[in-house]
Amino acid sequence: MRRITPYLLIAPFFLLFAVFGVYPLLYTGWVSLHDWHLIGGHQFVGLANYTGLLSDPDFWNAMANTGGIFVLATVPQLLLALWLASLLNRGLRARTALRMGILLPNVTSVAAVGIVFAQLYSRDFGLVNWLLGLAGAGPVDWQGSRAGSWLAIATMVDWRWTGYNALIFLAAMQAVPRDLYEAAAIDGASRSRQFWRITVPLLRPTIVFTVIISTIGGLQLFTEPLMFGNGKMLGGSLGQFQTVAMYMYETAFQRFQYGYGSAIAWTLFLVIAAVAGVNALLVRRAAR
Amino acid sequence: MIRKNSLTYLALIAACVLSAFPLYFMFVVATRTNDVISDVPPPLLPGGSFGENAGRAFANEHAAFLYGLVNSLIVSAVVTVSVVFFSSLAGFAFAKLRFRGRSALLLVIVGTMMVPTQLGIIPLYMLMVRLGWQGTLQAVIVPFLVSGFGVFMMRQYAASAIPDSLIEAAIIDGASTLRIFWSVVLPALRPAAAVLGLLTFMQTWNEFLWSFAVLDPDTPTVQLSLSLLATAYYTDYAQVFAATAIATLPLLFVFLVFGRQIIGGITEGAVKS
Repeated sequence: MRRITPYLLIAPFFLLFAVFGVYPLLYTGWVSLHDWHLIGGHQFVGLANYTGLLSDPDFWNAMANTGGIFVLATVPQLLLALWLASLLNRGLRARTALRMGILLPNVTSVAAVGIVFAQLYSRDFGLVNWLLGLAGAGPVDWQGSRAGSWLAIATMVDWRWTGYNALIFLAAMQAVPRDLYEAAAIDGASRSRQFWRITVPLLRPTIVFTVIISTIGGLQLFTEPLMFGNGKMLGGSLGQFQTVAMYMYETAFQRFQYGYGSAIAWTLFLVIAAVAGVNALLVRRAAR
Repeated sequence: MIRKNSLTYLALIAACVLSAFPLYFMFVVATRTNDVISDVPPPLLPGGSFGENAGRAFANEHAAFLYGLVNSLIVSAVVTVSVVFFSSLAGFAFAKLRFRGRSALLLVIVGTMMVPTQLGIIPLYMLMVRLGWQGTLQAVIVPFLVSGFGVFMMRQYAASAIPDSLIEAAIIDGASTLRIFWSVVLPALRPAAAVLGLLTFMQTWNEFLWSFAVLDPDTPTVQLSLSLLATAYYTDYAQVFAATAIATLPLLFVFLVFGRQIIGGITEGAVKS
């Protein structure tokens, strides 16, 4: 009995994850090889859905949008988070309050964030355009333009995740031995030199972790652009901010092309795996 | 030196203000009438129309907002209890019991945290249709009953918080493994369980894509209800924002009370993996 008990204790996790996590993901690959309908039969079509994707302008549009928003969101977000973490790491007062302050956005639901930001970025009465007006810049059609919508959605993502990443960086920074900095200070290294030469290299595993997590989350971006476009799956009148996840949803759940939708999902899965892998390698090399 | 520190404070306070502002703005609009929302400059101070706006949201049959709140409460509570229970069980096994394949299986669990399960929603949807669960609360509960993050977090905590001698003593007393779990391990895991519970509750309350795909508009979760409101009533900002504020309040409350523990939970899990 004692011998099998441990397996019984961990079995629920593996069983449920296999059924509701792994199986659907793998089965997506199988469905993607078919012309699949919920009612009635399905027909094996080989890689036809994938070759279709390659020449599908809507798919490439969605890929470009996803990639563009991802880069616009992730790079400033992680740099800003590193900077905030280094500020928080200076032995301040009101530590908990400051940490809670920057984590606050993360407890808000994405749907709520989308609703509020859509209003802040509204063309005619939005706060952002009003502020721009005060600075003498003309109103921007945030929803209507490609660059504008990308930027607006990226700020939504950043707003929600910068503080979260900063706290993760902070926790890792606190594990760096103090005497390393003291020794560097004695050698006359400036604060910024200490940061780039000691902190960043020692944080490498944590940075890799956040980069991977941001890649996985960022490339599946769905709710922010959806709410930004008033709940419409098309992502703007010209699809200027339709992401791949939205295109997958539209294809499968609104046009009922489950096979083609699955091909989109599976392609995105491969892209995520590849980008996460490459990013991890790059960060590992750059921070050496 | 003092100057340098005050710049640090200034930057951090600015970050906090930017973090809080959209939420503040949400409450401002939720308490105003619709006609000021098209004002230039936009309204920046709260008004007195919150009750009215909230009343319209609750009375809105199209969005079933009250229903959504109750549904989300049920879903989040069930998922939370389940995740905490199964994570404690597995976390205890990984931390304190010896069995073949232990470290390999733990690695698999860490790996599951990186799997974009959201991309499996098409077959998951087909599965729900086959089970007849489409449009029911089981559909948004059962797939979330376990969490790799939860198992890992409880494992880390159990490894450091429960001394082996405690378990050995219980074994010598003749206690079964399950009995040890109930009377020794579970009480000792309480602090970590509370944090995991908070994180899980917040995450479940905020889940969107899957409810959007599998639930019907007349039995929504609160997030789905919000998106219905925002889509159909985007001219009635005050109503939409009042509902958004109500849906956000429970989480803000939890966060204000348990913020310190939540921060601990988030950073703990991430740094050690």
